[in-house]
Amino acid sequence: MTGNSYYYRKLHSLLGVIPVGMFLLEHMYTNFLATISPERYQQQVAWLTGLPLVLLLEIFLIWLPLLYHGVYGLYVAFQARNNPTSYSFFRNQMFIWQRITGVITFLFVVWHFAETRLQVALGNVEKDQLGALIHDILSNPIALAVYVIAVIAASFHFCNGMWAFLVSWGITVGPKAQRISTYVWMGAFVIMSSMFVAALIAFSGDEFQGNIGLLLNSLLG
Amino acid sequence: MSQQTIKFVVQRQDSPETKPYTEEFEIPYRPNMNVISALMEVQRNPLNAKGGKTTPVCWESNCLEEVCGACSMVINGKPRQACTALVDKLEQPIRLEPMNTFPVVRDLVIDRQRMFDGLKKVKAWIPIDGTYDLGPGPRMAEAKRQWAYELSKCMTCGVCVEACPNVNEKTDFIGPYAISQVRLFNAHPTGELNKDERTATLMEDGGIEGCGNSQNCVKVCPKGIPLTTSIAAMNMETTKLMFKKWFTS
Repeated sequence: MTGNSYYYRKLHSLLGVIPVGMFLLEHMYTNFLATISPERYQQQVAWLTGLPLVLLLEIFLIWLPLLYHGVYGLYVAFQARNNPTSYSFFRNQMFIWQRITGVITFLFVVWHFAETRLQVALGNVEKDQLGALIHDILSNPIALAVYVIAVIAASFHFCNGMWAFLVSWGITVGPKAQRISTYVWMGAFVIMSSMFVAALIAFSGDEFQGNIGLLLNSLLG
Repeated sequence: MSQQTIKFVVQRQDSPETKPYTEEFEIPYRPNMNVISALMEVQRNPLNAKGGKTTPVCWESNCLEEVCGACSMVINGKPRQACTALVDKLEQPIRLEPMNTFPVVRDLVIDRQRMFDGLKKVKAWIPIDGTYDLGPGPRMAEAKRQWAYELSKCMTCGVCVEACPNVNEKTDFIGPYAISQVRLFNAHPTGELNKDERTATLMEDGGIEGCGNSQNCVKVCPKGIPLTTSIAAMNMETTKLMFKKWFTS
């Protein structure tokens, strides 16, 4: 195989933004529509799932890039010798959080996929029941806590990752540009996490209550 | 009247293979001491804090004015030069450890061979030898000279390598200093002639992609070299070279 860690790492960096980061934003937008109404959310889900060649789009624009980004990311994360006690600088802390949130997000995505998309694929849940499915999952306080932590972790990983992406591709070069970029992306982090949490609150509301509770209980054991 | 003393806790190691251990020292205070003059005191009178006879602590030093980098060690948890570590400004007991990202030879003496190997790998020089007189090189713009001069202050001391979380036994990351040296030699009007050769050395295993943006390097560099600016600038250069190679080869 040709290539070396330079290209593997660059690919990891690129895929993290295009398409994985773009998918995260799309996912956030769709979920946020739940704050408007279950119908508006369902309409968007219907539009997305009705896209032509949707399975190919999922495979090549979500699953494969996400798998590569996640697995190579774990390899990168566990190569670091974290040293925050000796060097408590802001960026070193962010370096560690980037790795912690990456691992949290990876584990969450595996679970989340198994609970939602996989269930649709297995025929256990219909596409128009997804809102009710999430409502039922979130009715468990532990699951709700996990979801809140995970969406905040994913938002952080994306926003701080965008900061690092701009450095790693040589776009924000000087210290001032990098500092302003920090403010911009931390602002984005606050907005993104708020939108995700707002969506979770909306899904927990009674209007998303469905009648697949029994099914869910059997899935969650 | 009891004499004022200073306390040291030194991490010692008798040989590269043996286990490190700590030994405490208490030496008489003199005004304006630095860590090196304290170590010299131990050398003159090799007694530990309990009054027992011991071997003198080994360390390296040359210039004593923070331009050679030889006396770099971890002082109170921070990698820095012992010559400019003034006892009056340090919290006691003063803890001395070797920079153990590098192989420890003995006590505070480390082997920094990997840094020189790194400079060779990235071709941190300007080839001017030929079979005839090449004449004077082109001039360098003053504005460029000013920032390039900052990069030239690197003394290969190893402090940035020690502080970097991505330089360790699990990776082969070359370290921040070498990336900055590529930028320095590429900035030189004559060095620029071999620009792509140097940049390409950062696009191999253990090259620039090993940087994880923890930015410890720029915080600890004793010469205040803008290492992270150099890394970001070289990120752009390697990206450009990558596309250039793809579309022209």
